[in-house]
Amino acid sequence: MAALSDALLTVTVLLYLAAMIAHAAEYSFGRRPTRQAALAGVAAGGGAVGETATSASPEPARPARDWWAWARGGPLGAIAASLVFLAATVHLVTMVTRGIAAERIPLGNMYEYALTGTFIAVAAWLVVLVSRPTLRHLGLYVAMVIAIVLGLVRLVAYTPVGPLSAPLDSYWFFIHVGSAVVAFGAFLTGFVTAAMYLVRAGHEEGKSRFPYPLGARVPAAEGLERLTFKLHAFAFPIWTFAIISGAIWAEASWGRYWGWDPKEVWAFIAWVIYAAYLHARATPSVRRRIVIWLAIAGFAAMLMNLIGVNLFFSNSLHSYA
Amino acid sequence: MTVPRPVAWLRNTWRQLTSMRTALVLLFLLALASVPGSALPQRSVSVESVARFYERYPDLAPTLDRLGAFNVFGSPWFSAIYLLLFTSLVGCIVPRIRDHVQALRRAPVPAPRRLSRLPAHAAGLTAAGSPAEAADRLHRALRARRWRSIVRRHEDGTVTVSAEKGYLKETGNLLMHAAMVVILVGVALGAAYGWHGNRLVVAGEDGQFCNTLSQYDEFGLGNRVDGTGLPPFCLQLDEFHAEYSERGEPLAFLAQARVHHGDGQWRPVEFTVNSPLRLDGANVYLLGSGYAPVLRYTDRYGQTQTVVAPFLPVDSLGTSEGVAVFPDANVSPDGERDPSLQVAFEGRYQPTASAAPMLFGSQHPAEQDPLLMLLAYRGNLGMDSGEPRSVWSLDANQIARGELVQVGEPEFLAPGETMTLDDGTTVEFLGTQRWITVSVRYDPGQPVAAVGAFLLVAGVVPALLGRRRRVWFRVTPAESSTTDRSIVEAGGLPRSGHPGFAEEFRQLVADLPLTIVDAPAPDPAVAGRST
Ligand code: HEM
Repeated sequence: MAALSDALLTVTVLLYLAAMIAHAAEYSFGRRPTRQAALAGVAAGGGAVGETATSASPEPARPARDWWAWARGGPLGAIAASLVFLAATVHLVTMVTRGIAAERIPLGNMYEYALTGTFIAVAAWLVVLVSRPTLRHLGLYVAMVIAIVLGLVRLVAYTPVGPLSAPLDSYWFFIHVGSAVVAFGAFLTGFVTAAMYLVRAGHEEGKSRFPYPLGARVPAAEGLERLTFKLHAFAFPIWTFAIISGAIWAEASWGRYWGWDPKEVWAFIAWVIYAAYLHARATPSVRRRIVIWLAIAGFAAMLMNLIGVNLFFSNSLHSYA
Repeated sequence: MTVPRPVAWLRNTWRQLTSMRTALVLLFLLALASVPGSALPQRSVSVESVARFYERYPDLAPTLDRLGAFNVFGSPWFSAIYLLLFTSLVGCIVPRIRDHVQALRRAPVPAPRRLSRLPAHAAGLTAAGSPAEAADRLHRALRARRWRSIVRRHEDGTVTVSAEKGYLKETGNLLMHAAMVVILVGVALGAAYGWHGNRLVVAGEDGQFCNTLSQYDEFGLGNRVDGTGLPPFCLQLDEFHAEYSERGEPLAFLAQARVHHGDGQWRPVEFTVNSPLRLDGANVYLLGSGYAPVLRYTDRYGQTQTVVAPFLPVDSLGTSEGVAVFPDANVSPDGERDPSLQVAFEGRYQPTASAAPMLFGSQHPAEQDPLLMLLAYRGNLGMDSGEPRSVWSLDANQIARGELVQVGEPEFLAPGETMTLDDGTTVEFLGTQRWITVSVRYDPGQPVAAVGAFLLVAGVVPALLGRRRRVWFRVTPAESSTTDRSIVEAGGLPRSGHPGFAEEFRQLVADLPLTIVDAPAPDPAVAGRST
């Protein structure tokens, strides 16, 4: 079972790479979505374009949701998006077989943590894709980031299947790591939309240097900004909870709920930066671009926390992986 | 009226401090100021790594130390940032709490003159009955949908209904900000009234200690605690069990002990990692464990002494290093002490020795094939110098001075085996005992911080996901008095940006007791106007 999971991981990475290539092909050869369509699709919040509040007809006619809209508009795009779905499915099976082999939830070490975290990011992306088909182009970046993260993790953090060591044997551990993984996945997706916002906003301002021309293919900046906020507004409470459940576990395990261990420091830094992001967004005098950069800085702190602390600070109490 | 200048200045400063911009800058500074707390060794985490940093960067370290870089989270500049931030926070939320309480008691605001100017708007609706009746029905229907609603009658015969929803967002936001103050109070309480003591306990007959400072290897006291009057209890560690996987990962630990609360009545207790022993007034946490070889030394005069020497684990597979000292060895029967005849052993213990124990460490942390390597020393141990000495190693200065000399070559002993020194004295390896390190802690701020954390999560969810919105309905009498229907116009305003409002508004209008007579052409201005 463990070997199967390892083999499936390779398949997963290859499928993400294939999806990435298909998305790139769509970028280069596919139909160019008109700016209007992109704008309207985002502004109407997923509802059918042109549907407005005033059209209250006797029948409370909800627009019938088109579940397959993501697969329309050009075969290349449909293939690319389908490949992401397929990759996510194999990804899930990789995770499940790993869990069966280890006889527990696959969250016991950094390798499993990344495996699960990236899956949740992809799942979040697929929800976005189905509800906002106009964002399909972003799949390129999602597939790319996931393929890179999974590939790296396989190279540097692979851990053979094993039982959970005693210090981790606590249900608070699963609550803590589980919520941290979910928050990480959502922040990761939010980071992708934030980065796309910068590209798109530059494009809308008429910048033509790389990478701004890429912005021609993605939805309007305003919609991306709102989506970025939504993802962060979803992730922030979960991250808050993850830190608190970590503190509860730390109390039971080490006798203190907070000790400024490097991992705790970086969790705190990321939390504070995300709080600053939420504040900045609510402060009218702060420019949108700065707001977005705060979100990106927040994700940099998350990455530092996930990878950097384990690599640089071996004295951390958290160095289990 | 003119205000004296200092007052004006103060007021201005306060306004600046409690502005959103300042809060933003302070939050960012707080994040930035935390970075050195992870990049540089911190005393609160590990005194040893600070000492190592001093050795490696002797020029840089004292300067950094003066700047508080090894105690970032207690440094004046870090404290300045968070104290300013919390001052700003209190200054910010107190007026907002007042406003919010007022808003909760005040009726929803009257309808604007022209509902068609609002982001969401619906006209051409009718409702059964007179304007008053229709408005009343709308009011009750809105109430049933948990809108705060009020009906206003106007002189011209129209009746308006104002409704608002989503107060929970602001409630949650204020709760969340207040919760952070609660957490800070909890942390401060812990820093003032908390204490802890750490020590090593060997399982077995020697494994007893009582809760007084002198019995701890290391302790920390809150600044309002003097260490007298700690809760009186004693703990006797009887046994310690550890279970490992085949690959040597720890699977389970269990400390079996007895406790009495100063009354001499022992009662059995158990604790393990993740499951501390919660006593009255303190908790006992299991932090680490190891092996303590037991050595019996027989000196020149035939006197035997037995030492239980805790060894420090140096890898995760149980290889441990340490020393066993016999300061009272070779004291002649008439009580004459020759300090140059003190004896000590340096040792390296492997619970499961490899085939080449000289080259490799232990293969497994459980005792499957225990082997102890001993190297004997004789001479003055330097224990009378009064300097603090490590319990894990011999005094390197004494060895360097030639006062303490290595005797013979290292030898490997299995339990029960004996090694003979050049002077005919012997040391026997009797076996090992387990030891654990425990931390005994009391933190009265913990429940306060826990309540704060709970409120924080409880507040942050509605604060971020909640949405404030207002709707108004204007009910006017029908132009022809032949119908018993009234004309209704509706408008809606999302207070916090959410693109789904248009849809929600449409649904609300459709669900209320209204009839839509003519659907005007969609107003293109509406769709894009929500932020
Ligand atoms: C300990 C420092 C602080 C933290 C961690 C923090 C955190 C947060 C978070 C996470 C939010 C987003 C939730 C929401 O939108 O309702 C928020 C919103 C807000 N905070 Fe803070 N805050 C802090 C200090 C302050 C201070 C000092 C002020 C006053 C100047 C302030 C005023 C506000 C306001 C007005 C909002 C609502 C923004 C909106 O309209 O969405 N906060 N804060």
